Amino acid sequence: MKRTLSYLFIGIFFGIVMYKSEAASWFRIYEMFQFQSFHMYGIIGSALILGILGVQLIKRNKLKSFFGEPIEIEPKEKGIWQYLYGGIIFGLGWALAGACPGPIYTLIGAGYLSILVVLAGALLGTFIYGLLQKKLPH
Amino acid sequence: MDCFKDFRYGLPTDLGYYSEQMGWQASPFKLDLTKEPKSLIKSFYTVIFAFVFLWVNGHLKKDQLKILKFMEFIFEPWPWYVAGPLIALTMFLLIFLGKKFGMSTNLETICTLCGAGKKADYFDLNWKNQRWNLVVLLGAVIGGFIGAHLLSHGSAVAIHPDTISILRELGFQSAGTAYLPDELFGLEALTDIKSLSILLIGGVLLGFGARYAAGCTSGHAISGLSNLQVPSLIAVIGFFIGGLFMIHVLFPLIF
Repeated sequence: MKRTLSYLFIGIFFGIVMYKSEAASWFRIYEMFQFQSFHMYGIIGSALILGILGVQLIKRNKLKSFFGEPIEIEPKEKGIWQYLYGGIIFGLGWALAGACPGPIYTLIGAGYLSILVVLAGALLGTFIYGLLQKKLPH
Repeated sequence: MDCFKDFRYGLPTDLGYYSEQMGWQASPFKLDLTKEPKSLIKSFYTVIFAFVFLWVNGHLKKDQLKILKFMEFIFEPWPWYVAGPLIALTMFLLIFLGKKFGMSTNLETICTLCGAGKKADYFDLNWKNQRWNLVVLLGAVIGGFIGAHLLSHGSAVAIHPDTISILRELGFQSAGTAYLPDELFGLEALTDIKSLSILLIGGVLLGFGARYAAGCTSGHAISGLSNLQVPSLIAVIGFFIGGLFMIHVLFPLIF
């Protein structure tokens, strides 16, 4: 129960940050791909720099989780084409719908009902991938 | 007016005497010299109390100002140097809870919950392992509500003036005045087949690409790159190839 509540609060926190930083705004994504503002690069860049430092700290000091378990960060499977093709397709959708999966949920809460169409599309896309997975180059 | 004549010999020492002379009742404020030291201490305390009160009050007002300024800051859009570290914090909180930060895994889990496992082995997994992530998703929805309705004054996104003029030329009149373009996300646009299919196709590309690349912005650009993973770097390069192609090549054709 405590764990579930902490996930809920992390989610609420994440949702507020996504909305208030305007990372969930279609306009900000468009502006980012036009290279006309530092805003999105600043968000991703600063999160990334702190992320790299923190992950290095965890690994070097072999830090343990809140529950005393060792922290293991699983690396992704090796490959090129899966990530390149998948990435390009995701990028097309990111720019068109102006939202990535995190902000989709945030925008539902913010009351933009049309985003449900994007969510339905995303679920459909996931389902199509599941069907085609074995036929695609990975 | 006899009493005032006596002022020539100095100030009256006993106001009560004069008030009696003028037919007034004995003053309750008659100075009693025997009690004077005590009243001095009393007035001394009163002055100190007044000073402390004013000092505390002044500080409270200063703090109120600080709180007001902080509230103003919260209600304004948050700058990148606040948002970025908070996103990193989100990731580390999940890591220290023994999980990993990745939002698009939920799409897969929801498909599994809807029974997609019967159609493809890919969805044949134990959704209970991802239940925590669905709770994060639920939180993100609540967070969106709080952010938009309780922590914001308006919803206009102040994008760069050049971006606004490019978007207005493309037909997005709501650029610079809204959070999402009305032309795509307004309720009226839902009856328009073109905008509806743009949203649906955008969603399909998002879902398909996120699962093909095994991660989205949170999973690759933040979590994966933080761990210095080469696959995540390839995926992020892919995100930008796709995004730039969409906005610079396809947008002029679509809009």
